[in-house]
Amino acid sequence: MGIDETGIVEIQGLKKRFGTNEVLKGIDLSVKRGEVIAIIGKSGSGKSTLLRCINGLEVFDEGTLSVDGNPLLHDDKAAMRTLRQRVGMIFQGFNLFPHLSVGRNVMLAPTLVKKRDTAAAAEQARKLLARVGLAEKFDAQPDQLSGGQQQRVAIARALAMEPAVLLCDEITSALDPELVGEVLRVVESLAIEGMTLLMVTHEMSFARKVSDRLVFMHAGRIHEMGPPEVIFGNPQTPELKQFLSSIDA
Amino acid sequence: MIAFDFPVVLAEWPLLAKGVAATLALTAVSATVGVSLGVACAWARLHGAPWLKAIVGTYVELIRNTPFIVQLFFLFFGLPGIGIRLSPEVASVLAMVVNLGAYAAEIVRAGIATTPRGQIEAAQSLALSEMQVFTRVVLPPSLKRVWPALVSQIIIVMLGSAVCGQISTPELSYAANLIQSRSFRAFEAFIVATLIYLALSMALRRLLNWAGPRFIFGK
Amino acid sequence: MVDFSLWDIFRNLLLAARWTVLLSLIAFIGGGLVGIALLIARIARLRGADTLVGGYVQLFQGTPLLMQLFLAYFGLALFGINVSPWVAAALALTLYTSAFLTEIWRGCVNAVNKGQWEASTALALSLSEQLRYVIGPQALRVAVPPTVGFLVQVIKGTALASVIGFVELTKAGTMITNATFRPFTVYACLALMYFALCYPISAWSKSLEKKLNHGHR
Repeated sequence: MGIDETGIVEIQGLKKRFGTNEVLKGIDLSVKRGEVIAIIGKSGSGKSTLLRCINGLEVFDEGTLSVDGNPLLHDDKAAMRTLRQRVGMIFQGFNLFPHLSVGRNVMLAPTLVKKRDTAAAAEQARKLLARVGLAEKFDAQPDQLSGGQQQRVAIARALAMEPAVLLCDEITSALDPELVGEVLRVVESLAIEGMTLLMVTHEMSFARKVSDRLVFMHAGRIHEMGPPEVIFGNPQTPELKQFLSSIDA
Repeated sequence: MIAFDFPVVLAEWPLLAKGVAATLALTAVSATVGVSLGVACAWARLHGAPWLKAIVGTYVELIRNTPFIVQLFFLFFGLPGIGIRLSPEVASVLAMVVNLGAYAAEIVRAGIATTPRGQIEAAQSLALSEMQVFTRVVLPPSLKRVWPALVSQIIIVMLGSAVCGQISTPELSYAANLIQSRSFRAFEAFIVATLIYLALSMALRRLLNWAGPRFIFGK
Repeated sequence: MVDFSLWDIFRNLLLAARWTVLLSLIAFIGGGLVGIALLIARIARLRGADTLVGGYVQLFQGTPLLMQLFLAYFGLALFGINVSPWVAAALALTLYTSAFLTEIWRGCVNAVNKGQWEASTALALSLSEQLRYVIGPQALRVAVPPTVGFLVQVIKGTALASVIGFVELTKAGTMITNATFRPFTVYACLALMYFALCYPISAWSKSLEKKLNHGHR
């Protein structure tokens, strides 16, 4: 291992309840810098909730969570702002800002939060849009784009904040099948470049190809964890076996 | 320190009670007749002959773009100019019915217009007559859809009835005015009346929200 | 007896209409400012704001405007302030308008997709930045038709100020009726004047709403 033994994301004993329903029953996870982790499991197993705890969109009830050595403090607005500059998120529903052009969508946060000047932000936006293959769409409106294009813009928007960790919450689930590939290609290139990625996904072949580690969640706990060959090739528990047989692994 | 004298106002509770009863009676009559008128107008606007549509359309726009007090004064003070004299009570009910009818027409029309085509087609395929399709298949779900808006409008008309006291209809605001002119306790009288109105509007909302599913459009 | 022509009636009503327009504008703008402040207090989750503003709205929406006018007129007098009907009417209508507008606008903010809040939070925007750059513009678009529509309610509401003695359109109508003994004509003219004021605004509000719905696919 390298100089730092602690992971960029450290989760210990994380618990989360929605009313009387305990959705996360004690999660322990350590994510190394540059690692690509795919989180799989049935719906209701807590995958998205876990992801949303990491950038504070959900407030957990027990346990500790720290990013880059800084523990998550929900009540500290300044700390949360700093956290969200380090951790970016891509949503299933894209959530592009409909009243802003594609370019301005990407530029908004760097201009406001990182106080970048407009010219520099615009240049960065163009570079990022080119990177996701949408250089010519800088002045387009979000509703003029296909789902796959919108999601790629969403990726560019998150990358504009230069995060250390990127959370991907089922980012291809809302896309027509023929548009999935273009988004996954962008994610793969991010993985190759060394971005730390946590993805909740149903795209099993993609997960197998790109991730360093797979986390199988079941009923609010991490049920099995390991490299793709082990998880797919040698599932230990009946739950994982059943899950893998129910989907086209 | 200002000295308030509420007891003198509260001692007149029989007067207030009579006023409340009159307000509720006015509201009850106007609500039933007004909503029925609104339903009829909504139907006319969607299915009626062009001349009928024009008349209803003019009626609705005229009422919705003039103040209720002007409508009331027109009926009570204006009509005598051409020989029609109405009592305060009749003028009040008429004004409230005409007023609610116009707003209900718009509200119900919006509800009916959002009926899925498939519902109407299914009913027609079952050989239901046009009137049956309207009253059995289209109207109940439409009313359910717009019930909150309709209830709000009925409450608005109930609160608007306070103006009827100005033409001496013996409802709640008239009672409050009477009490203040006798006791010279204007602020206390109007505060009490206002709080009663508040209680009435909350109670009426609950009542109508309970009655709607029960009697009019089913769960 | 002096014979009053239709034009005489119209002319006098027209003069009084100035006051109706002025009162409406004061109430609408003042009410709008108060309404925005109340809305922001609610969105920023200031302590007790939700309950207090909720109660405030409940109060103004659940009681007759006429009573609110009476209370403003007689209430302020209690505190020794010599209140003219004009001031009382302006105060009551401003507060009344603020309650309705804050509720309308709250609905518009709630109409903005939740995902917009999440995306802007995830991008580390602060609440004021979210409101100003992401949520605000979207809520504003949806808010324009009902806000314009409510202006009509305000104009109609000014008619009640006549009851506390403020000489606007309706009070002028009553006075002219007493002078001319032609109630039918006068009240008909009165109604038409209000219609002339309100109908264009209602029609505009409807066309704004149509444009909004066609913009969305």
